[in-house]
Amino acid sequence: MNPLPLYVAIPLGAAFLIPLLGVWWKKSGETLAPLFTLILAIMAIVQVTRPAAVYHMGGWAPPVGIALVSDGLSTLLLIAINVVGFLCILFSLKYMQMYTGLTKYYSLFMLMVAGMNGVVVSGDLFNLYVFLEVASIASYALVAFGVGAEELEAGFKYLILGSVASVMLLFGIGTVYAVTGSLNMADVAQEIAMRFGGEMNPALLLAGAFFLMGFGLKAALVPFHAWLPDAHPSAPAPISAMLSGVVIKSLGIYAICRIFFNVYGISTGSAGSVIFANAMIAFAILSIIVGGLLAIGQWDYKRLLAYSSIGQIGYVMLGIGVGARVLATGGQLSIAGLAILGGLFHLFNHVAFKSLLFLSSGAIQHATGTRDMKQLGGLRERMPITSFTTNMAALSIAGVPPFSGFWSKLLILIATIKAGHIGIAIVAIIFAFVTLIYYIKVQREIIYGTVSNLVEKAREVPALMYVPLILLAIACVGMGLLYPVVGPRVLEPARDALMNSAEYIQLVLG
Amino acid sequence: MNGMTLIVKTITDFVVGFIIVFGTYIVLYGHLTPGGGFAGGVIIACAFILLMLAHGKDVAFSKMPEKTAHILDSAGALMFLLIGWFGVTVGFFFMNTFGRGEAFRLLSSGMILPLNIAIAFKVGSSLFLVFSALAVFRRRSFRAMIEDELA
Repeated sequence: MNPLPLYVAIPLGAAFLIPLLGVWWKKSGETLAPLFTLILAIMAIVQVTRPAAVYHMGGWAPPVGIALVSDGLSTLLLIAINVVGFLCILFSLKYMQMYTGLTKYYSLFMLMVAGMNGVVVSGDLFNLYVFLEVASIASYALVAFGVGAEELEAGFKYLILGSVASVMLLFGIGTVYAVTGSLNMADVAQEIAMRFGGEMNPALLLAGAFFLMGFGLKAALVPFHAWLPDAHPSAPAPISAMLSGVVIKSLGIYAICRIFFNVYGISTGSAGSVIFANAMIAFAILSIIVGGLLAIGQWDYKRLLAYSSIGQIGYVMLGIGVGARVLATGGQLSIAGLAILGGLFHLFNHVAFKSLLFLSSGAIQHATGTRDMKQLGGLRERMPITSFTTNMAALSIAGVPPFSGFWSKLLILIATIKAGHIGIAIVAIIFAFVTLIYYIKVQREIIYGTVSNLVEKAREVPALMYVPLILLAIACVGMGLLYPVVGPRVLEPARDALMNSAEYIQLVLG
Repeated sequence: MNGMTLIVKTITDFVVGFIIVFGTYIVLYGHLTPGGGFAGGVIIACAFILLMLAHGKDVAFSKMPEKTAHILDSAGALMFLLIGWFGVTVGFFFMNTFGRGEAFRLLSSGMILPLNIAIAFKVGSSLFLVFSALAVFRRRSFRAMIEDELA
């Protein structure tokens, strides 16, 4: 049978089974959460071998009923969410022992996974909104899970800004519904293409602006990034890894891609498409610059990583925005394809190295009790495995040649130059070096250098914590070197799903 | 003093039963008349919240212990998912497999009635828990604040 509803049903069921059994059995979360996330991770990897498919909820066909859709783009995100989710749960088993109320933690974690899986498989605009709220509300609670003053403030800030984004999205969805009379994404896309022939009417442009703001806030693109530098450092490390690794991508970048490429459709010569593509590029450049510059000055390790996330999301958005602009202005399809592929490849790589870096920050905090970079140093001698994997991720994200981050940034830069945006490419190259600067700072202050007092007593973390680090480090190297294996199976179908919106309509409406 | 005045307590004792009966009616007839699991669940939860307001939290928790509310909360959601799962046996998730019955009778419309009941459990117990958490948390945080002040 078609496994699509299981991606939502399994974590949702687990999210309520864990607290139910937790009333009598204190270890229910620690036992069931790894089991269910492992099943999900395996299912997501197997999903690669399956063709694109549609599932009709309740047996009702699409324009009326709710459809779940899996195409290349959904599969890419499903793998990222469920594999990282499993690794973060593994890491949590030891790391979270310093907290209380663990059944609630695992329950909220599973709820967040259910929401994100729902967002990426949903074929319906309103359903996407509902799942986005499920994932967001679970993540607000998880950010504040430490219930200290700092955590609560960060959680509250995230809650307020996230709610503003949700209101904008709901307004945008309402406007689209008023204009097209449908909520099914493929049906809306067909309606827009047929009724307006690519040229959007003002109501759709307004709705598009709301989508860009709402999803841009979830993705922490720069004018809307204010919640992220507080939320990511305050959350427990596995949650930071989830937030930075997959939440901002599945709720933000994925939704922007899906709405603008598949629902609105990027059509050649359309003024509306050019406006949206320009806005994406502008947000991307702002994110790259602001994220990079603010990261250099940070001494809190997790805060530095948080700002770095903003900068790297900028690169992802740059690739996608350049691709959209080339398509909208009638450039060569191969350049657009290269830009989008670069963006998606960087997204996929960022999942691996940023979740690794956040998990390593958790391991370092677990062993030394601090994340202040001034008090760390010489970790290489005390925690060899954590240091080595952190090194891998830092080199990868900084774009040092054999690692995965280099190839994806290279693809984005080549596409940007080929598309004729030389100035933007120069900024992107300069800030690639800025990335290198602050990751050299990470290496100098944390991994190498003299052994500080706190590090003196530190010991390597237990195996359950370093195994996820090693697996993610392998992914960092592997995705760079094994592109011929990963690319055609995972990334290129995702790119094709974005480039051919007609195919998406065909797939869903049949 | 625990709870409100004798007048409020007496009136509360009178109405609580009626509120619960009315809430149950809204749940059970959700597929025939306006209302449904959510609305009915909220009304039933209101009865317990009224108890808590009038008599204080000890009486409310003796009628609806926190543990029971937690169990009902999770069980309601699981029940909803399980009913959806029955649909898979004939083809699709949430497909209406149960007998449809005769229109406008209580036992009709197949799956909708059990789904309404599941939602009522979930919503009612969640709302009660949210209210009790807010009522209890305020007291705790105030004490914590004073302890921080002294320390």
